[in-house]
Amino acid sequence: MKVPYKWLCEYVNIDKNINEAADALTISGSKVEEVIEFGKEIDRVVTGKIIKTEKHPDADKLTICKVDVKDEVIQIVTGASNIKEGDIVPVALHGSSLPGGVKIKKGKLRGVESNGMLCSEVELGIADENSVHGIMILKEDTPIGEDIKKILGLEGGIIDFEITSNRADCFSVYGIAREAAATFDKELKKIETSFNETDDSIDNYLSVEVKSSLCRRYAARMIKDVKIGPSPEWMQEKLRQCDIRPINNIVDITNYVMLELGQPMHAFDYRYVKGKKIIVRTAQDDEKFKTLDGVERNLNSSMLVIADGERPIGIAGVMGGENSEIKEDTTAVIFECANFDGTNVRLTSKKLGLRTDASSKYEKDIDPNLIDIALNRACHLVELLGAGKVAKGVIDIYENRVEPYTLKVSPEWINKFLGIEIEKEEMRKILKNLEMKVYGDDVFEIEVPTFRQDVKIKEDVAEEIIRIYGYDKIPVKKIIGETVEAQWTLEQTLIKKVKNVMVSCGLYEAMTYSFISPKVFSLINLPENHELRNTVNILNPLGEDFSVMKTTGIPSLLECLKRNYKRDNKEVKLFEISKVYIPSGNQLPNEYDKLIIGMYGKVDFFDLKGVIENLLNVLGIDKAEFEREENSSIFHPGRTAKLLVRKKNAGILGEIHPNVAENYEIEDRVYVAEIDLKTLFDAAKNEKRYKPLPKFPAVSRDIAMLLDENISVSDIEKAILREGKELIESVKLFDVYKGKQIPEGLRSLAFSLTFRAEDRTLKDEEVNKVHESIINRLKEKFNAQLR
Amino acid sequence: MEQQLKNIKAEAIEEIRKAKDSLKLDEARVKFLGKKGALTSILRSMGGLSPQERPIIGKLANEVREDIERALEEALKEVKEKEKAARLSLESIDITMPGRNSEIGNLHPITKVLDEIKEIFFGMGFSIAEGPEVELDYYNFEALNIPKNHPARDEQDTFYISDSVVLRTQTSPVQIRTMENIKPPIRIIAPGRVYRSDAVDATHSPTFHQIEGLVVDKGITMANLYGTLDTFAKKFFGEKTRTRFRPHHFPFTEPSAEMDISCHVCDGKGCRVCKGSGWIEILGSGMVHPDVLRKGGIDPEVYSGFAFGMGLERIVMKKFEIDDIRLFYENDIRFLKQF
Ligand SMILES: [Zn+2]
Repeated sequence: MKVPYKWLCEYVNIDKNINEAADALTISGSKVEEVIEFGKEIDRVVTGKIIKTEKHPDADKLTICKVDVKDEVIQIVTGASNIKEGDIVPVALHGSSLPGGVKIKKGKLRGVESNGMLCSEVELGIADENSVHGIMILKEDTPIGEDIKKILGLEGGIIDFEITSNRADCFSVYGIAREAAATFDKELKKIETSFNETDDSIDNYLSVEVKSSLCRRYAARMIKDVKIGPSPEWMQEKLRQCDIRPINNIVDITNYVMLELGQPMHAFDYRYVKGKKIIVRTAQDDEKFKTLDGVERNLNSSMLVIADGERPIGIAGVMGGENSEIKEDTTAVIFECANFDGTNVRLTSKKLGLRTDASSKYEKDIDPNLIDIALNRACHLVELLGAGKVAKGVIDIYENRVEPYTLKVSPEWINKFLGIEIEKEEMRKILKNLEMKVYGDDVFEIEVPTFRQDVKIKEDVAEEIIRIYGYDKIPVKKIIGETVEAQWTLEQTLIKKVKNVMVSCGLYEAMTYSFISPKVFSLINLPENHELRNTVNILNPLGEDFSVMKTTGIPSLLECLKRNYKRDNKEVKLFEISKVYIPSGNQLPNEYDKLIIGMYGKVDFFDLKGVIENLLNVLGIDKAEFEREENSSIFHPGRTAKLLVRKKNAGILGEIHPNVAENYEIEDRVYVAEIDLKTLFDAAKNEKRYKPLPKFPAVSRDIAMLLDENISVSDIEKAILREGKELIESVKLFDVYKGKQIPEGLRSLAFSLTFRAEDRTLKDEEVNKVHESIINRLKEKFNAQLR
Repeated sequence: MEQQLKNIKAEAIEEIRKAKDSLKLDEARVKFLGKKGALTSILRSMGGLSPQERPIIGKLANEVREDIERALEEALKEVKEKEKAARLSLESIDITMPGRNSEIGNLHPITKVLDEIKEIFFGMGFSIAEGPEVELDYYNFEALNIPKNHPARDEQDTFYISDSVVLRTQTSPVQIRTMENIKPPIRIIAPGRVYRSDAVDATHSPTFHQIEGLVVDKGITMANLYGTLDTFAKKFFGEKTRTRFRPHHFPFTEPSAEMDISCHVCDGKGCRVCKGSGWIEILGSGMVHPDVLRKGGIDPEVYSGFAFGMGLERIVMKKFEIDDIRLFYENDIRFLKQF
């Protein structure tokens, strides 16, 4: 909200410059968004009188002027033609600055000394190029030698405040003045509201009926003998500075009061108020109404309207109607000064897409008791401007009067709560400056004015005191008392471990949105009736792309791979720990953490599997198995595995089906895994136990054999381990060969076996015996041919 | 004979001296000391000497052998040293060639900064609490003094799942959930994702991260709030950082305060980054509103507390001078490698 600084100073004598005032008000709780300083760039420009002019000897278009600037007479050469002796003009002295970073220095013009510059309005930055020509000629009685900023009212400027929703009372110049008075401990001047009434009573002209409780108060005044005309310059200037266009004296008065006091008002042309009646009622559904801006609005029964005997003439708290607008020939006016339910105004304004100065004030829920001073102030201004005569009496419908609120709080409690020591009397003074009445001593009994609906509890009082006393005076204190043992929870520790493993495997952590488009399920080939298509849906999404919550993290990571691929990043390995949101049948869905991995480049299935194996290893999960997965439509049927942990499905890993890769426009093999972290964590052994190092040497033997290529390595390994009983320590595949010299349909596998006994050095005969039985077992079971 | 021996010795020493490598030395050894060597043949011919001469010549012959052997040994040692030196210079490599390493990945910048913040709060005795992202309207709004139709609901454009379920717009609902679950003393931070229906641009994202903090105990004061957040700011932004608290309004705290830190770019003198003010707004905070304590089942006449909340992306952007929030969610590998 914009507040002209000069206007503010009319109510409080703030003896500080605009920036100091803005800083202090920010610290006391009226946050300043911006300070717009007038004439900020103007320096060393004074008023001067031209006492003599003569033609430049060598240039027809130049004039040499002698200018009296009080302390001296200086010579200036100018190209302007609109000056004459005796004119008082703005003079930029040697070393002065003008808007746009212009610096004025002594110099010579065509050989003649010039010690400054005469200025135009354009050069002073107070008019645009097309509107004026020539040097600015000031009024004859302007004193000379004065700072031009003072003469032109270019001192100060406008402060733009950010008003929080709880402080409806600050939504006006006077409201800010009240804050300033408390902040600077200065007197707040009273607003002039006196005026005379005619003998003719308003009751002869109007009756008002309020039919809805959404209107908390409705007051009206009648102005007769109205003479429409422009409002005075001082009023217009203030309106303009607050971004309101001056219209005519009556409309300007309503706007002036709104800016000054925060109470919106409206003026109806009495001619068009049918049936001498105003009825405040809800609109009918589909009722049509043309607002002041000429737009036809479609109303409904949730909206409150101001109607006359026949039809609506205004939308309550939002905008008046074209049908009762003030015109040049208006002679009688009804001033409306009312209070409406803030929420209703906000919703109506939202539904109509029509936010006005009035509605933005009403939606904060303003004080109904503000009407008294505002309506009187408007009448005072009517009289002051000679815009009309105020008829006797006021119509005021106000059923549930809002009364001041009283609460009790002890100064001692306030100090204890804030952790500070403020004198009792200091507190009393602050509250009084905020127009609160304070009784009592050890316990304050505080009467809170009705415009401060935000002060209801003792904590609110504490805030009032400390923000004026100074937030910066609160000391910085460490928390004392029982210290709590702080540490990672088990789950947080495990998540950290997972991330560390991923990073040490060369993967980069990604973060994606939690919402996806329902269309991505088709991109990853998910069948129509698949359970993952059952999603948590957003009622008001930003668009289809952000409309459902993830049930799988794969599409979002594929999207990242796609983006990288398009940008020509050759090698990409990403992982994400992402939540998925699965409908649960209860109000809230279940949220599970998934580990998603995605990679392309110089990688294959076994790089991906290696990452998962490392992870299982670090988490201490030994009961894990990889099982061939041929039925996932997302994945390559021959290059995909299911991860089983303690026989439970923990996720899937493999090469993305070429159709899916095509859908994501990646012309490379893409490897993806999605692992359920809870299943892993349930099986994780967090405590590792030391096993003594072996005391006796191991014996190794290799086996190389030809086998049907469909027999899996893991089946062979299992058979070897089973047959090797307690003597076999480990089995490791070290060679796979297919091709030349190997018959079609077979492959050669070579394993290295390690045998060891805990309690003795193994003898060759012992090892040979076991080794032979293993070979026999493999021959028998898998038809293995030794090579 | 005596002369012969002397000649052999002189000849051998001379040849050894000339030998340049171990091969030549070996040849010399064979030539003078070998089975068919010069010395051996002399010793063989000793049978023809008189018994008086034999021990004298024998002794002399042994001396000559020892001398030659010693000379050989010394020469061999020298040659070996030379050969080693030659090999070392041959084996020189270009150490400016790149090392062989397996690539190490990286954590997301948001994770990195969040971990740093978590560690700071651990140090001050805070634990980490969590709550659901798809949240009941009650926890996200009602219990935090934001009833239906409160203007604050408009300010935080909310994604709705149903009338009573929202995507949480703030991490503050974790305050209530925590108070329902644990009794004071409470000292937690709750980092997590929040959602607002802001259209995507360089400074807005419909998803971002917040860190909530909550402290509840007997005798907690606003001075403690200052103390905690001032310590955090100095640890995170640097010891020289100054903090400033300004009054503000949040429905769930009273009094409420926004915390600014002195601009790290201009050190408070005013610059483009801080829009000339010298201060940068970092977080919102305040004393927990008694209604909120009550909603969490805590008696505000016995306990008091403070809460704070900050946006993580904003802090990460400030820290690394990143100017576009969208980069966090694009996951371009060239971006992720930088932190
Ligand atoms: Zn700065």
